[in-house]
Amino acid sequence: MTSSRSRVIFWRAAASVAWSVLLLPVTTALFAFLSRFSLFHPIQWISESFSLLYGSYVIFSLVLLCGVVLVVGVFNLEYYTVVPSVPCTKIALLGKVLHPQQSVHSLVHSMMGIMVTWCAATMIGGRYWILAAPCSEEEGVTGQKMCLNEYYLFFLLAGAFMGYSYSLLGVVRNMNYVSFQTIQQCKYLRFKGMLPQVVRYSAVQSLYSVRNYCLFYFFFGYIPRAWICTTLNVHEDSSLHRLDTVSGLLDFRLLYHLWLSGTFLLLTWHITLLLFRIFITEAYSFPVQSSFSEDVSQCLPKVLSEKQPLILKFLALQDLFLLSQQSLSRRMEVFSLSQPGGHPHNWNAICKECLSLLSDLSQRLVEYQEVVASNGRARPLSSHSDQRSTSSETLGMSLQILSIESRPFSSSSVNRFVGNVDPSSPWYGSVQSPHVMRRGPKLWTASTGRLKFAHVKNFLARRVLIMYLFNKLPEASSQALFADSQAHIWALEGLSNLVAASYKEDRFGVVQTMLPSILSTMLLLQEAVDKHFKLPHASSKPVRSTCCLEDSTFKTLRFALRAALKTAMYRITVTFGEHLHSVQMSAEHRKRLQQFMEYKE
Amino acid sequence: MNSLSLFPPPGPDGNITLFESNNELVCGTSLGSRQKQGWEPPSLLFPRESLKPHSRPESSSKAAFLDHRDTLWMRSARAWRDSGLSGLLDEIANCTEEEVPRWLTVGCSWTLALLRWVSSFHGSLFPHLTLSSEDMVAEFSQVLDWSDCAVRAFAWHPHTDKFAVSLLDDSIRIYNSKSATAPTLKHRLQRNVAALQWKPLCASALAVACHNCLLVWHVDPTSLSTRPSSGCAQVLSHPGHCPVTSIAWSPNGSLLLSASPVDTAMMVWDVAGESCVPLQRVGGGGVTFLSWSPDGSRVLASTPSALFRVWETRTWTCERWPCLKGRCQTGCWSPDGTRLLFSVQGEMVIYALTFTDAPGSSKAAAIVADLSETSFSTSQGQVRVGGQVQTMAWDPRGERLAVLLKGTEPEPVISQHILLPVVRSHSTTSIGFVKGESGAEPRLLQFHPHFPNGALLTVCWSNGRISHVPFFFVSAGGSVLNPGGSPPWPLPQSRAVENGERLLYTEMSS
Repeated sequence: MTSSRSRVIFWRAAASVAWSVLLLPVTTALFAFLSRFSLFHPIQWISESFSLLYGSYVIFSLVLLCGVVLVVGVFNLEYYTVVPSVPCTKIALLGKVLHPQQSVHSLVHSMMGIMVTWCAATMIGGRYWILAAPCSEEEGVTGQKMCLNEYYLFFLLAGAFMGYSYSLLGVVRNMNYVSFQTIQQCKYLRFKGMLPQVVRYSAVQSLYSVRNYCLFYFFFGYIPRAWICTTLNVHEDSSLHRLDTVSGLLDFRLLYHLWLSGTFLLLTWHITLLLFRIFITEAYSFPVQSSFSEDVSQCLPKVLSEKQPLILKFLALQDLFLLSQQSLSRRMEVFSLSQPGGHPHNWNAICKECLSLLSDLSQRLVEYQEVVASNGRARPLSSHSDQRSTSSETLGMSLQILSIESRPFSSSSVNRFVGNVDPSSPWYGSVQSPHVMRRGPKLWTASTGRLKFAHVKNFLARRVLIMYLFNKLPEASSQALFADSQAHIWALEGLSNLVAASYKEDRFGVVQTMLPSILSTMLLLQEAVDKHFKLPHASSKPVRSTCCLEDSTFKTLRFALRAALKTAMYRITVTFGEHLHSVQMSAEHRKRLQQFMEYKE
Repeated sequence: MNSLSLFPPPGPDGNITLFESNNELVCGTSLGSRQKQGWEPPSLLFPRESLKPHSRPESSSKAAFLDHRDTLWMRSARAWRDSGLSGLLDEIANCTEEEVPRWLTVGCSWTLALLRWVSSFHGSLFPHLTLSSEDMVAEFSQVLDWSDCAVRAFAWHPHTDKFAVSLLDDSIRIYNSKSATAPTLKHRLQRNVAALQWKPLCASALAVACHNCLLVWHVDPTSLSTRPSSGCAQVLSHPGHCPVTSIAWSPNGSLLLSASPVDTAMMVWDVAGESCVPLQRVGGGGVTFLSWSPDGSRVLASTPSALFRVWETRTWTCERWPCLKGRCQTGCWSPDGTRLLFSVQGEMVIYALTFTDAPGSSKAAAIVADLSETSFSTSQGQVRVGGQVQTMAWDPRGERLAVLLKGTEPEPVISQHILLPVVRSHSTTSIGFVKGESGAEPRLLQFHPHFPNGALLTVCWSNGRISHVPFFFVSAGGSVLNPGGSPPWPLPQSRAVENGERLLYTEMSS
């Protein structure tokens, strides 16, 4: 049954790849057209370009490029995530880059890059045509010596470099993170709106890549060249400029072709990525209830409660949000009673799932606050009394917990904020400025057995580079805590809209019974969120990214959650007004609610 | 059709309109002649003389402060940053010969001339682009004579007795029924405020449309500070999206729309994330005025050309409505969001559009009120009233419509008045004209969002007075909480056919 629902995702990804393949001839034609650009012979340029388009090389390249797009599409589908993993330290980021899975990604993309630039080189033709050519030197009396065509090598290597940097930047900038749109535009309009930005972004990124690649080739270009020469037994043409010299690299036409090929490469891949994101995040309408028992697993309450795949849970929450706002008939289904028995199963399931999401978040926040509060404060160590922990300052490094990658929907994600140990060594504290080390919450695990290990860590911690790598990035842990908060925002919006709608539409009063627990859950979360924002770095605004493709939505999700929570509370208080006084709740919550009713929050 | 001739004549000179009861406006000489009922919003006075406007038109003082001995590179970089390509070209074209070779100066001046020619061509297509940004705000603002008005924008809080006033000196003051402190908001970027709106379902957020950005203030209602720091304001800006002349929060408080006459895209802001989605439609040359229907399903977006759009908010597609005479100046929605009243520049009428979810309903705008000039004989002699509509407001119960008229050229003295037809279940009744202190002209009007005993109209006058005129009536159906649908419009659809030459038709487009 899960597979039948996952099939939706698969078909969406397939459709996105199909569209990228369909767009490929257009971008290829544009590339062929621009690659022949010459300002002074416009007629020749245009006629040449047209004759090129019908050439067999272009057709063959197209077939090859389709394959590349397909592979990129498969990687998009395999590597995407709706909950980004936010590295909290530099070393965690490094770990992410060097992760085997990521290495596969980088390797494959480098190879794809080589293929794309090979196609580009073939289409441009001319001096990028073949790897080895007969030497131009005339003194070659011993017959035709084959010489290396360095332009060709330069081009292919550029492809590998760009493919690798695409993959690398993808990790650093969380390009595999798929965020959901704030408004529901149709797919074509979304694509049309984003396309100019994607083109600009690809062109600019290609410019940076060309710059970096030229630097790289200038310093290390001789290595691949020598290697190719020895393995293929070709010679270097001494009559031509070498490309790892300043004069060799200042070939304007070469740089233009390189930049154009890079733009072409990035553009096709970015369009594939963009289409994938657009297709996969499109709102999906789940049935609220079904009269056939075999379809029950497709229904909204069931999908909401599933953990995997995560994207379906997100789509279900989005659907809940949309139906609570827009569709009267589907809301009526939510409020309806089951036919034999008269139980509000739909409402109960939806409400329960939303509330458990929200209380999970509250719990996660509370535990995080406890961990932060316990750091830097004297705290008796119960389990490790044998240690020579005279210094009660709990400082240390966390090798175990390199990152707080938020594991959504489980309160156990906080298990990684495990209790502390004090592996303080005699020299420690005197050398290191505690200032630097106390920045951010310190989280670590250790046990008595790892005492030696901790010693090593503390020793290493004094080295500057290690310090740099292990220092916590400010506000990253806060971002990581709220990484999956899009789900909570939808749960809040959906729940509060349903509650507000129930004022008029709920004929059986099914919502009334849950109102106390909804209110108390929201108020608890409100309290936890308020406390969280009092922590250092929690309320500092992140830098906004410049481009659409580098999605930084997750960086501001905590602010969005705070706003959505207040809006949800106000929606309920505005709708019910004075009637809320008759709802059972604790005195503290009543006081808090009163603040909302007087518009003082 | 309603027309001005059905109105009772305006009250005698020297009297001001105090309140409405029994469908009649009661005039008097002082405000004190009515017993108080609960909280009365304060009647404020901001004399024009006490406010100092910013006397710095753009780039006028630039030459006085710039050090001209900078190197060419520095100056070019600054010109590029300040005014883009044309500034850079201008800078190079004006260089001396020892700094730049002659061919470069000549080339730059030629390119500049070409650019100017092209932009003048563009400007002839969309004449509003030639205006300076301050004039543009004045042109498209809902406030009559915006540039000279002491009160530039006004906004009631949607849920509580609190309002914000933006003044000529670019400060914003907030008055609250529950606290004595009136915070003053000032920000470096808060210039030429064109519109204010409180976020619905929130106590503290106030969006401000400024000269070159949007500001969202978070004013803590419990704070006792009279000058909240500029750290309480979020700055939302997008290149090419200035000046912002209109903003609209979605009624559920999740999205903020902003519009600029220069930008063909309307921005949909996710305020918490400070990100925006541009909704681009090229026709019209910009967006001047936005109005979100109270049920949240539709948005009116007018352009500087004779065209306006009605967006639906599920999938954000729009209907195009080309007008015949001029641009759409203002519009307002009925409380249930099914009817849109709007006025077109150059015509002294109010049009109505009805939206139904049923497909295939005939889409045509019908004229519901004729506001052409009419003379009344009063004790002071003949008085002429009538003109184009500057702004309109429909009260939250859907029973009173306030219209602010722009004076017609020959007799501008007394023709600026507010007329208030009552929309009853089967007829529109004319209530009358609201008069202010002698010599004062109305500039801006807004209804209180939840006045318990009827409707409360807030009027900002040219002398800096903000007064509140209550209309006491019993609502025909439903309470404020559940606006049970606005009463059916008195005009049958067949009436529209009679005025065939004035019909407007829509063109569906995505």
